[in-house]
Order: sequence, then structure tokens, then C-alpha cells
Amino acid sequence: MRRWRYFGYRLLLAVPVIFGILVLNFFLIRLAPGDAASVLAGESGAATPEYTELLRQKFGLDRPMPEQFIAYITAALRFDLGFSFRNDSPVLDLILERLGPTLLLMSTAFTMALALGTLLGLLAAVARNTWRDAAISVATLICYATPGFWLGLMLIVVFSLTLGWLPTSGFENIAEGYEGWERVQDIALHLVMPAMALGLFYLALYTRVMRASMLEQTGMDYVVTARAKGQTETRIMFGHMLRNAFLPVLTMAGVQAGNLIGGSIVVETVFGWPGVGTLAFTALQSRDLNLLLGIFFISACIVVAINLIVELLYVLLDPRIQA
Amino acid sequence: MSDIVLDIQDLTISLPKGADRPSAVTGMNLTLRAGEVTCLIGESGSGKSLAARAVLGLLPAPRVRVTSGRILFEGQNLATIAPRDMAKIRGARIGMIFQEPMTALNPLHRIGRQIEEVFRIHTTLGRAERRARVVKLLADVHLPDPEKIARSYPHQLSGGQRQRAMIAMALALEPKLLIADEPTTALDVTTQAQILHLIHELQREHGTAVLFITHDFGVVADIADQVAVLQKGVLVESGPRDAVLNEPQHPYTKALLAAVPRLVVPDRPATEPGLVVLEAIDVAKSYAARGLFVRGRATRALDHVSVQLHRGETLGLVGESGSGKSTLARAMTRLLGIDSGDIILEGEAITHLAPRAMRPHRRRIQMVFQDPYASLDPRQRVADIIAEGPIIHGVAAKEAQARARRLLGLVGLDPSAADRYPHEFSGGQRQRIGIARALALEPDVLVADEPVSALDVSVQAQVLDLLADIKAKLGISMLFVTHDLRVALLICDRIAVMRHGSIVEIGPAAQIFSAPSHPYTKALFDAVPGAAWSAHMPVPAE
Repeated sequence: MRRWRYFGYRLLLAVPVIFGILVLNFFLIRLAPGDAASVLAGESGAATPEYTELLRQKFGLDRPMPEQFIAYITAALRFDLGFSFRNDSPVLDLILERLGPTLLLMSTAFTMALALGTLLGLLAAVARNTWRDAAISVATLICYATPGFWLGLMLIVVFSLTLGWLPTSGFENIAEGYEGWERVQDIALHLVMPAMALGLFYLALYTRVMRASMLEQTGMDYVVTARAKGQTETRIMFGHMLRNAFLPVLTMAGVQAGNLIGGSIVVETVFGWPGVGTLAFTALQSRDLNLLLGIFFISACIVVAINLIVELLYVLLDPRIQA
Repeated sequence: MSDIVLDIQDLTISLPKGADRPSAVTGMNLTLRAGEVTCLIGESGSGKSLAARAVLGLLPAPRVRVTSGRILFEGQNLATIAPRDMAKIRGARIGMIFQEPMTALNPLHRIGRQIEEVFRIHTTLGRAERRARVVKLLADVHLPDPEKIARSYPHQLSGGQRQRAMIAMALALEPKLLIADEPTTALDVTTQAQILHLIHELQREHGTAVLFITHDFGVVADIADQVAVLQKGVLVESGPRDAVLNEPQHPYTKALLAAVPRLVVPDRPATEPGLVVLEAIDVAKSYAARGLFVRGRATRALDHVSVQLHRGETLGLVGESGSGKSTLARAMTRLLGIDSGDIILEGEAITHLAPRAMRPHRRRIQMVFQDPYASLDPRQRVADIIAEGPIIHGVAAKEAQARARRLLGLVGLDPSAADRYPHEFSGGQRQRIGIARALALEPDVLVADEPVSALDVSVQAQVLDLLADIKAKLGISMLFVTHDLRVALLICDRIAVMRHGSIVEIGPAAQIFSAPSHPYTKALFDAVPGAAWSAHMPVPAE
């Protein structure tokens, strides 16, 4: 009961945060020189000032800033994120179309990093100062130091071009026209490398945090208490230490979930993944302000949602946290 | 003899290279009998805790391990037993409780589950039966509403309640031997008295042998049948309680006993009450748990307290944790803002001075803190630590450094200490440095917040002597915060007893001691460990 009230309270706190993001987005993007009208006009080749002005009028860019702002906010509250003139379709539709693949990519990378990172950290801590610990440490250090895009390219070279095991890019093999289970398998194959490129850095990070956290727990009094009860070492580790040691990892994961979106822009571009990342990239290049604003807004909402989930997990895992 | 439960023979525990001595415990012999409490007493670093942990095979191996000797328990040698057999003994035949009830329980599991775990490991009892036994155990250790306690998490219980739960867990399977490692050190004095009573009661009821580790002779006097004194890993004296306490043979035991503060008011010339130096008038302070939308209950830390500190006197603020004694001391130094009331320093209200206006007054009130390890900057030389204050207040660096060296002499340290770093000193020496730092600003008022509670008794006595000496020499006033009535009687002219953010009783130390008027004060005196022994104890001749 109390837990749900706490969660509701956090949910309520998200409202001003999201509003703040809306405001910030609107003003930040207008700080950049040039607008959509000047870009479109420039591309059309015959950019007379009159034509540019006409475009501005059409897009409502000539109206005073406060008026534009109010129009933007009221529309956003109705989930109307505007119209992308460049793509000639509503921003929301464009984003929703691309959101699925991105969420799939992010959640796969995130889950893999968290699960494997926890497991590897645990293994390293158990085998402290042995060759296994050293091997895990070296591997994490390499993943840690490698940029995601380079890792992506190398994966393509090894697994697609040389070995031919995995497809080089894309979301699925449309030409084959797979249906049902076959389609799932096809997408999963396409997902492997992007998810690795995106998640390995975080996997390495969580491994290190988990290892340190486990070693810290080893010296705690409650572990000695469990030992004094006659509990076996395995049970002490999984029954007592694991959950305690996992809490710092979760904290870190929650803070970093937002970075995944930034990382996915690069990774999606490398792998031709039809997600929000590639959409953001093209929108940025063509100064499609409405689309950019929409993407920023949606990704901010995703970050807020992930943080809420982490909060909820935290409350479930740690009884000490209360409203 | 058949009632011998544990027989430790010639036990030696080695320490890793680079420790201050090659072995933590050397050639220790100790015999524990059923139904008896054996107290193993020693100062910090004496090896008493390691000796206790060796019995259960809980040494931090492989760096610290038993190198020779035997630990005989029920016909088995625990020093060489296989880990698998050891696990069967732990929790079932030997139970253990620890010093810190805050950390000794897993914070993420309910109390009931943690006690139940013992039954799950060692018995084949069914779920319902286990639950029933847990509730009964919690009732046995006199916890109110055992059903509810079983469903609670550790953080929802008080320190005393947690320690009771730990005892319930340790005694779940009626072990032959209970090892208690300073189980009451972290508790308030009234809670300590209750826990000692509980251990005593359960141990008598079940005929359990108890190995009780402590550093406090008062606790020994209250609970022990047998006493063993450990000095730097060597057992220097052992025997029945009364023999050891009243006729100690070994010089180390004598020295330790002489350093124990007595529950008496020492004879000393009454100080003439001077003018009021520092005064708190109707001071209130509460901590509100407040969120953006949620308003929590406020905790009242100070409930309209008024108190006066006179020139040249030592005023003791005595109370249990949460009584507001430290809060009051910090409020009076303006280290802590207050909600209402006034703080007056020599006739001038300093309550609402802005930080800049407050700065010249800061010099006049200085603090000595509890933890000598945390209160000195580890990256600064001692001379710089002491000289920093005067330099801030405009003394030339050279002059300040010279003064720092003189002060080190005053607090009984060699002036050469000035060029060293804090980690090179022991706890007692660091506390002396802390005092020198406070004195460097030539304050009118010295506020000492539990300055000796982290120190061993022998060191404690020296630091208290030093404080009394300095007070007499420099004529400064002192506000002395402590939870220990014995220490308060030893050093304070007047004592204010605090509870729930109020002063329940204030008066000259002798009067508070001989004729306490408030029931709480009486309860506090009754709870002092070894109260009865301490009062009748002959002061050993030097």
C-alpha cells in the first residue's frame, strides 16, 4: 500500500520534470542560427527573401516567440508534436513508426548489460585474484576502452563479412517476407550485433561495479552472522550478498539509462537500424526543428520512464526506502 | 571435569607480516564450564575478538589463522575441523552475537526469515513449525508483539530490539556455548543493562556456557563468573570474578582497574561560580521530514532548553542517544541553526549573526570531537592542523607554528610530533592533537563532544586528566557531552541530565550523584554497569 503511494508520488514528480524538458527544448533549439525555412529555401535553389518569408509564414515561424511557445506547449499537451514539412507527415507518426526498433534495441542492450554484468562481476568476485578474475578484468577493460561505433564496424567485419554468420545491417530481411516465428528469428539475428555494440560498454561498467560491491559485502557483519549460523558459502552468496551487492549496480544503471539513447544514435547509424536514432540524425542534418523537438521530447519521456522503473525496482528490492 | 564445554589449549593465532606483532594471540589457555559466564577482557588490539572468532572458525583466513594449539568442544578439535563439520556446529551447538546490532542483520530480509534460516539449515522442521518457533523465541527474549517483530525489517527496530533478535537467533537451537562479542558496547546504558540481564537470565535457564568479550570492567562486574585478562595477545590473569576484580595479581590488571572511572564524585575543591560565559535561552530545534508534497512528522531535538555555562566551570550534558545532548552543544556553538530561542556569548546575542559577523566569535568557542580518526585532516601535518585556526584569525604563520609546538608540549606530546601526519599517532594521541587544535585559538569555551568514548579506559583516564589539568591551568569553561555518568562525575562540576530534548535535572555533580531527584536520573545511575561493585570497590593503592 505504502509502496504504491510512494510510487504515485514519484510519478507526480515526473510531471514538472517533463514540463521543464518541454520548455528547455523549445528555447535551446531556437538558439541555433538558421531555421527550417532558410534550409528549405536554400535547397530549392531559388532562395529569394520573399520565398523564404513565405515559407516562414506557412510554418508559423514569423510569429513572436511567446506565441510560438504557447502554441507548441498546448499542442504537446494534446500529444500533437507538430508537422514535419521535410518528411511531409506528422512528427508523432514518424517517431512512433521508429520507436519500436529503438526500444527493442535499447532494452535488449540494457538487459544484457545488466544481467551479464551482474553475473560476470559475481564470478570475478568469487574467484578473486585468480586467472578467471584476471581474464574478466582484462575483457572488461577492453570493452570499456573501445568506442561503440568502432566495435560495431569490427563486429560487422568479423561476423558478417568474414564469417558470414550475421546480417550486416537493417532490422529484418524484407525481401524474404518472413511471417510469425520465422520473422522473430530473423529480427533477433539482426539484433545481435547492434545490441552488443551498444551494450558492451555498460556490461563492462556493471561488471566492475558488481565486483567491487560484492567484495565490499564480503566484509560486512551480516555475512559473518550468516556464517555463524552455519549457512553454506554458496547460500550466503546468493541468499544474502547478491541482493545487497546489486543495489549500487542498479543505482548506476538507472542514472545511465539515458546515455543509451545517445549511444543508440551512433550504433543505429552504423548498422542501418531503422530507429529513432537514425531519424534524429537526419533531422539534425536537415534542421527539421519540429521533428527534432519531438524526438528530444519522446526520448526525455523514455528516460523519465526508465528512472521510474528503476525507482520501483529499488523500492521492491530495498525495504529501507520509503516515502 | 565433565561440565567443561570448551577447552582452549595453548592457542596461537598468527597475524600477517607487517602487523605490529607476529601473533594476535599467543599460547592462550582457557576453560569454559556449563552455566558459567567467562569474560575475556582486554583493550583494543588485545586479540580478544580474534580469539572468540577462532572458536567458530571465523578468522579472516588465510591471512589470519590458528597456527598452533587446540580448541576442544564436544570431543572435537575446532582448530583443525573440516569446514563441513564446522558448519554443522555453527548456529546449532555454538551461537554467536556481535557488537553492532545495526549491521549484523541483513538489511533486506525480515527478522523472522533471518531467525528461521537457522532452523532451515540445521533442522527438518516444517514451515509452520519453524514460524511458530521463531515467534516463541522472540517472545522469550521479551520483545513486544513478537508476530509483528518477525514481520519487520531490521531498520524498523531499535538497537536494543535488534540485539534481542540477534540473541533469539543465536539461542534458537539451544547451543551449549554462546559467544558474545561486545554485545552491549553500541547500546545505551539502560538498554545495555536490560540486555545483560537477558543474557544472564537465558544462560542460567538453559545452562549455556558464555564466552563474553568486553573492554568494560563494569560489565564484567555485572555478568561474569570467571574473568580472563588479555594483554597484547597474552593471557596475563584469569580466575573467579571477585578474585580478579578485588585482588588483581598482575600489574596490567591492576593498571586497567585503576583506570576504570569510579561511580563516585572525586574530592576536589569546589570552583567558585564565575559570571555566565555562554547561555542558551529557551532554545528549540526540530527536524522535520519534509518533501515537496508530503509533510512528515517533526522530530523535536530540543524542546525549549535553557542552560547557563559559568566561567571556569565544567558543565556535563549527560543523556542517552537521541536525548539532544549533542544537538544542544552544537546549537550553543552555532554550528547548528535553531528554530527559536537565543544563544548568548558573554552578554551578546549571537543567535542571528551572519556568518561574517559570527567569524570573530568562532575563535572563542572551540570543539573537541568524538572520533579522533575522522576529525583530523589526514593530509595535513600536525603543526599545520593546529596552526590553521590562528592563521585564519590573523596570527602570523611563523608565530602560529611556534605556538603549535608549545601546545603540543602542553597536551603531553613531544614537539617533534609537529612534523608528522595524523595517521602516525594512536587514538589517544590524536585526541591530544585535537585538544591542542582547539586550544590554539585561546578559546573562552571548550565544547567536548564525547571526547573519550572512542578510547580505551587507560587512555581515557589520561585524556580526562589532561582536560581537567588544562581547565585548571587556563581557567576556561567547558561543555562536556557524554553518555557515561562515571566520566561525567569524574570531570564535571555541574551535570545536566537530558532526555527527549529536555533537561530533566541539573545541579552540582555531588548532588546529582547522592540525591538524584528525577526518576530518570535514578534509572541512569542504576543502569551504570558494575554500579554496585564500583561503589564498594577499594581504590587500589598505587
